[in-house]
Parts: sequence; structure tokens; C-alpha cells
Amino acid sequence: MRRERLELAKSQISNLTSQIKIRMSGNMNLTLKVWRQKNSSTSGKFVTYKAPGISPDMSFLEMLDVVNEDLVKKSEDPIQFDHDCREGICGMCSLVINGEPHGPKRATTTCQLHMRSFKDGDTIVIEPWRAAAFPVVKDLAVDRSAFDRIQQAGGYVSIGTGGVPDANEIAIPKVIADEAFNSATCIGCGACVAACKNASAMLFVSAKISQYAMLPQGQPERYARAEAMVLQMDDEGFGSCTNTYACEAQCPKEIKVTNIARMNREFFNAEFIKG
Amino acid sequence: MSNFSSAFSSTLGRKLVMCLTGLFLCSFLIVHLAGNFQLFKNDDGLAFNQYAHFMTHFTPIKVVSYLLYSSIIIHTIWAIVITLMNRKARPISYAIKPKDGSIWSSRNMGILGTILFVFIVVHMANFWYKYHSGETPYIEYRTDINSGATMSKSINESEFTEYVSFVDNGVQVTKSEDLYKEVSNAFQQWWLVIFYVLAMAALAFHLVHGFQSAFQTLGWNHHKYRPLIKFIGLWVFSIGIPLGFAAMPIYLFLFK
Ligand code: SF4
Ligand code: FES
Repeated sequence: MRRERLELAKSQISNLTSQIKIRMSGNMNLTLKVWRQKNSSTSGKFVTYKAPGISPDMSFLEMLDVVNEDLVKKSEDPIQFDHDCREGICGMCSLVINGEPHGPKRATTTCQLHMRSFKDGDTIVIEPWRAAAFPVVKDLAVDRSAFDRIQQAGGYVSIGTGGVPDANEIAIPKVIADEAFNSATCIGCGACVAACKNASAMLFVSAKISQYAMLPQGQPERYARAEAMVLQMDDEGFGSCTNTYACEAQCPKEIKVTNIARMNREFFNAEFIKG
Repeated sequence: MSNFSSAFSSTLGRKLVMCLTGLFLCSFLIVHLAGNFQLFKNDDGLAFNQYAHFMTHFTPIKVVSYLLYSSIIIHTIWAIVITLMNRKARPISYAIKPKDGSIWSSRNMGILGTILFVFIVVHMANFWYKYHSGETPYIEYRTDINSGATMSKSINESEFTEYVSFVDNGVQVTKSEDLYKEVSNAFQQWWLVIFYVLAMAALAFHLVHGFQSAFQTLGWNHHKYRPLIKFIGLWVFSIGIPLGFAAMPIYLFLFK
């Protein structure tokens, strides 16, 4: 025990000193292997880039901005990648970084990932989400409109729910409200699909079905919604879940696989009991 | 709005088929193991042969056994179909294998399942087929009802018409197919013993993932019951049952 603690302390100190050194010397030099692909009908390949003088305080996307500026200066084609809010709330950013969707930090989107998660001299392999249902638009940007079509199939309520209700106005136990809220925090980024060995979208779809299934406003279309969204998901060509739970491990919003179990219940209910 | 064929051809429906056939096969394992414990009795296989006769001649059990064969076939075919469709969902694979924290067996159910399928074919050819095609030897037991002492002797085909058990002069006479001899002879071959033990290891890993996964598919994932399901899945289905089965060839090899 004491030896372990000593080892831990030592490694923490050496980590800190290396970080301090990086800060003092400023920056790190990285090598990037980036997937470049013209469009969905051509095949892509990896291209290696140098990323010198990267500050550990930059976000991963800012690092790519720096590389792109350099490419533009050399009048080369900049690397295309998706992003919008850069605050971890819109679900637009993506990237599989060294084999991990949204990179090595748990519960963190790529836009919120900082370069201090990497070390000077690292080689970073950057790939797009890979799934038949997410065709590459260009380089690292993929077309995630399959998710929109799944949402359009049933991810809404068609009753008037009025304005924002006052707190505690809806008769619903707090635990359930919290559960529904947790499901609703899915930002639709698609990392679950990217992480899954079957490119299954079930974590996303189940979160979207769950957030309504648990709330009173979602009841009128509850079973029709489950059926419509699942069948749309199948039509889009996503794989089927084999319960490896890779999605849960990689989801930046920590959506739980209990949602998938709930989706299964809702769907089987819709098909065999309530339909 | 919905109908059964669309329900079962959906991704969730296909999972449901895997889950229900899988759980049915799990329930069979318990029955099969319990019955096979007769192999450990020191009675020249009397109890085991009686059990084998009962299992193959009692109508309700015969019906269940056809359900069982179809479950094995459906579970296998569906697994192949689902795997192929899932492959299609990711045509280009990652350059760096994703690190995702999933357990090994959850990603390799196909390999484990293939081993098990080969095992089932060999196992059935070894015993089921021989038993059903009448290639098994015959045996006669004479148990003294008062003392309980049993004598046995091999008999040949001409002395055997069908399985009988009757009392003659205070002696219980049983004539039976001798599957026990078939089994204990087979496990004198060390390589077959090793094959069986390895197959049971594959079963263990298959069920580590499969058992709890079936309940997730059924939608039965609740924080109250989940630990119980995981406990049963681990200790009963992936440790207890494969160990029990593996013990049989080892026991017969070492002690018969
Ligand atoms: S479930 Fe998680 S990983 Fe999947 S889309 Fe929603 S936020 Fe992204
Ligand atoms: S850019 Fe909006 S979540 Fe990352």
C-alpha cells in the first residue's frame, strides 16, 4: 500500500513537472495522421501533418484550426471537420481520436478536449465516424442527417404543451423527471454509433424515445413513437446492438444503456401488446 | 399498425429471437447437467441409462427436445444473419482499433458460438446419433431388491428387444441400451476430454456475456434486479454449469 502510494505520488509529481515544463517552454510538437477524403464517392487515405508549437491550453479543435491556417497559407486544402458551439452542447463536433470517439477523456466532447491530454511528440490518428449510415461528406465531416430523419419519425410531441411550466407544476416524481432529463441530455453527436462495433444507433434512439416515454406530455404517441423511430433507425442502415456497452463508455453525455433496455420494452410493448 | 413479421424482422425483433432462444438453451443446460450427474454414480450406469431412456421416450420431453434442436438452429442462423448485417453497417473499419472498455467475450460471441456449434455437432454425433441409430451396446442389470446389490452384464442384440424393467423372484431386472458404456469408453480418449473441456471454457465465456445480455434485450435492466442477474449469470451459468459439465469427461477419464 505505502509503496503504491509512493509510486502514485511520484508519477503525479513527474506528470506535474512535465506539464510545468511544457507550460514554461510553452508548446508541444505533434504529428497528426488525418483521414482525407474528397467526398462520399471517392475513397480516402491518411495524410501526415506536423503540428508544431501547440499550446496545451488549446482545445483539440483550436489545434486543428492552427494546422488549417498553415495549410491555407500554403494554399493547400484545409482539413474539413464539424463543429459549432465549441461548448460541448450542440453535438456538432466529432472525430475518432486514437481509436476513441471524442478522444481519450471520458464525458467530454472533442471541442472540450484540451491538448494537455496529449504529450509532446505524440502521434495522433484522427478518423471520421465510420458507419454506412454516416457517409463522409469530406475528410472528417460526416452526414448525420440519418439522426434527423429518426427524430422526424417520432421524436416530438404533437399536443400543445403551453409555455414553460412553473417549477413543480407537472405531477411527476423527481426521480422520474431526473431520469427523463438525463436521457434528454443526449446531444445527438453520434459517438455511440462511432464507438459501437456494429455501428448501432440504439443509444441515441433509446435516449430520444426515453425522454418522452417517461413524461406525461409524451404519453399520447408513446408506442407509435417507439415503433416509428426504431423502424426508421433500421431503414437508415445502422447495425443492431449486441450489448457490448461501448456506447455508454464513450458517450460524452454519459447516456446509460438502461435507455436501450427501456427502448426494447417500449418497442416490444408497441409491437406485441399495445399496438 | 404493427404485425409480427415486421416486428421480428426489425433489429430489435432479431435480438429478441436471439435472446429467447438463448435463454431457452440456458434452461436446458440446467436440466442436462442435473441429469448427467447420474454419470458420477457408481452403479455401472444404471441410473444414467434409465435417465437416457426416459429423456428419449417420454413424449412431452420429446416435444421439448424438438424445440431445443430448432432453438439451436435458429440461434445459429440468426447470429450469422445479424453479424452479416452488422458488418454492412460499418463497411470501412477504423485504422486504430477502438478502445471502448467492453469485455472481450461481448465482442467475440461469434467465435465462441462457432466453437460451441462445432462442439454440439461432435457431441451429438458421438452420443445422440449413436443412441438413436441403435449403435449403442446393451446391458442387463439385476438388482436384488432386499440387499440392493446390483450385478450387470453386457448382452447382445439378440437378447434385447426393447427397454424393459421388471421384477423376477425378488430381483429387479433392467435391460437397456448402454449409453453409459458408450460415454465412458469415449472419454478414455484424452484428446476428446481436452476438446470437451475447451468447449466448456467457450461456453463459460459465451454465457458471461450472453446471460446478462439476454435480460438487457428483454428490457429487464433495473438497478434492483441487475446485480442478481449478473450474479446468476456469472456464478451459475458461466462458472457452475461449465465446471459441472467439464468435470464429467475428466472424472470418466481418470476413474473409469
Ligand atoms: S447517446 Fe451520447 S454518444 Fe450517442 S448521440 Fe447522444 S450524446 Fe452522442
Ligand atoms: S462543437 Fe458543439 S458540442 Fe462540440
